[in-house]
Amino acid sequence: MPEQRVVEPEYLILEAPRERKFITGSQAFAEAVKRANVDVAIAYPITPQSETMHLVGDLYAQGYVKDYYRAEEEYGAMSAIAGAVRGGARAFTATSGPGLLRGLEAIVSWPGHRIPAVLGIMTRVVNAPLSIQPDNVEIAYLLHSGLVVLHAENQQDVFDFTLAGFVISEKVDVYLPVVVATEGFFVTHAKGYVDLPPEDMKLPPRDPYKAPVPPTDCEIPPARIQRDAPVQKSNFMSYLIHAVWQQEVWSANRRAAKWIKHYLGGLIEVVNPDAEVFIVASGCAAAQGREAQRYATMEGLNVGLVKIKSLRPFPTNELREVLKNAKAVIVPEHNIVGWLAKEVKAAIPNSGIVVDGPRVYGGMTLPVELIMDEIYKAFGIKKEKKTVV
Amino acid sequence: MGLEYVRISPGFEKYMPRDYVDLVKYGPFGKQVDVMQMGQFKELVEEHPMCAGCYMAYFIRVFYAALPNPEDTIVLGTAGCARLALSQAAVPFIYGNYGDTNAVASGLKRALSIRFPDKVKDVVVIAGDGGLIDIGFGMTMHSWFRREKFTTIMVDNEVYGNTGGQESGMSPKGIQLKMAPLGKKFDKINAVELAKTAGCVYVARISPTNPKRIAKTIRRAILAARHFGPTFIHAYTSCNIEYSIPTREVLADARKREKQDFKFYEWMTDEVKEFFEELERKEKQEVKK
Ligand SMILES: Cc1ncc(C[n+]2csc(CCOP(=O)(O)OP(=O)(O)O)c2C)c(N)n1
Ligand code: SF4
Repeated sequence: MPEQRVVEPEYLILEAPRERKFITGSQAFAEAVKRANVDVAIAYPITPQSETMHLVGDLYAQGYVKDYYRAEEEYGAMSAIAGAVRGGARAFTATSGPGLLRGLEAIVSWPGHRIPAVLGIMTRVVNAPLSIQPDNVEIAYLLHSGLVVLHAENQQDVFDFTLAGFVISEKVDVYLPVVVATEGFFVTHAKGYVDLPPEDMKLPPRDPYKAPVPPTDCEIPPARIQRDAPVQKSNFMSYLIHAVWQQEVWSANRRAAKWIKHYLGGLIEVVNPDAEVFIVASGCAAAQGREAQRYATMEGLNVGLVKIKSLRPFPTNELREVLKNAKAVIVPEHNIVGWLAKEVKAAIPNSGIVVDGPRVYGGMTLPVELIMDEIYKAFGIKKEKKTVV
Repeated sequence: MGLEYVRISPGFEKYMPRDYVDLVKYGPFGKQVDVMQMGQFKELVEEHPMCAGCYMAYFIRVFYAALPNPEDTIVLGTAGCARLALSQAAVPFIYGNYGDTNAVASGLKRALSIRFPDKVKDVVVIAGDGGLIDIGFGMTMHSWFRREKFTTIMVDNEVYGNTGGQESGMSPKGIQLKMAPLGKKFDKINAVELAKTAGCVYVARISPTNPKRIAKTIRRAILAARHFGPTFIHAYTSCNIEYSIPTREVLADARKREKQDFKFYEWMTDEVKEFFEELERKEKQEVKK
């Protein structure tokens, strides 16, 4: 392990020279953790997450991460993350599909406990019949709990979102967990080009006193202050405390937007802002959308792409602005429920222009042709379909 | 050391709440109080909304008086009656989700060990039988298997008190409770043997009939966890509401149970035994001096 020197987040994330590597998404997660000065990582295996947490285990063995263990199961892992972070440590964990749902009760209580940590999600089918493929319906469960949720399109995003995720989550005006989700296998087990800053640099350590709520470490006055269970005070106090606390969590979530813009260049990325028809997508679907946009442009069709990087905070204003003159909005997704289409419809005033789909589920790949079909329909172009038997 | 943070900065006494000033002046911070003097010093927990005459509430009072290092102790609790008092104490308290205590404590203790390698930071879980042995069973066991260095105290009222009296794994066989309309069909779980098998270095079973002994047991469990590994106390703390024990009879009930199935039991590894022998020898010498 090379001696690592602490550098400012601004330098490491935005300015440091970068070298191009051809690595998997799992490696990209680990490369980010390597530079993030992580104190504690807790792992519980599940395909397709396991590879990432093996690599983080290697980082622990090499001395990059101070403590690491294989938990009893995900509920235990997510609860222990809460304990470590309340004790002042910087923490990382990751899981997939069923593991996420098993840990969910603990995870959704992180925002209320003001737990800044990074949680990697490598999507996987959650429901019966069993499959380990990257359906991403699980992300829908994360959208209503106050967590910051970023959705990575490729290996480069995984690295950038994860490294910046630690910094954003610990900002005093945010102080919430950051989820970095990406599609299992398509991103985690496939290689892509990732520009990496030097590995002999790392983020400054977490300063748990630079915080809107104190750590629980007995280094602060032990007045009868606690941020737990107001329920025993009275029902009235209980409603009130919970209500204002939730308001504050969601305000903090919105305040993350400026940091996402600062470190990651915005909540969305727009290709061809003057387009007539837009594809709006996140994660891997954005990669397929990017291809479809390119094909359409080659065919002379005025198509644009909006890639949503941040699902929470959701880019409502940005979408309204970009889509204000759009004729149709196509939302390709890797799940059957269409959670992103619903989000987009709720965000813009003229939701009738949103096309529900195309969608693939069960973890199938999303052929660009499916998106092209919707583009042709939006332009009123009839294409002969040839069926080869 | 946490004590620095307990003390009030000069000139600020008159602005601090009376309760806090009293805690610093007459409370147990920075000294070892004698539980037999309870009522004569400012206690860490005073007001709480547990039922009148609840023996668990009494046990918790003694627990706070017994802490060897209250200014550097973090208490973890969970859903259940105990947290009603734990959350009112002048010791940092963590409440997460039902049954998660031993996982949260694992993460917390590790974080504190990284951040304060040369300081004592005691971590103590105090939770119900349902929390530790039913819903949190896996996390309780695995914290022991992993040899996490904190203390677990099970306040066993043999029922889900907080949710209105349902059967728990620690309820005695045959007893009729809510959700056991025909009586419980299996035996009380042997938590003490599980703790020994799972790797606890100090294990005790106690019925709270003797405050000095409760305090000594708690102190030992915390000191052993600080130096050697996981420790466990199984305490009988009756629920006078769900078991219809008249308040004036709770002590008699505790004595009866002590004779039956809660006879005081203490087990520790040889290493821990040597440690206490040495410690007690030193303490005696101090007293002589
Ligand atoms: C996940 C979850 N399941 C169920 C509950 C409801 N619940 C709250 S307290 C409790 C029982 C408490 O019993 P025990 O742990 O024995 O403690 P006691 O109240 O008897 O002291 C239950 C079932 C909950 N809060 N969370
Ligand atoms: S319900 Fe039982 S255990 Fe709970 S506070 Fe009341 S008497 Fe104590």
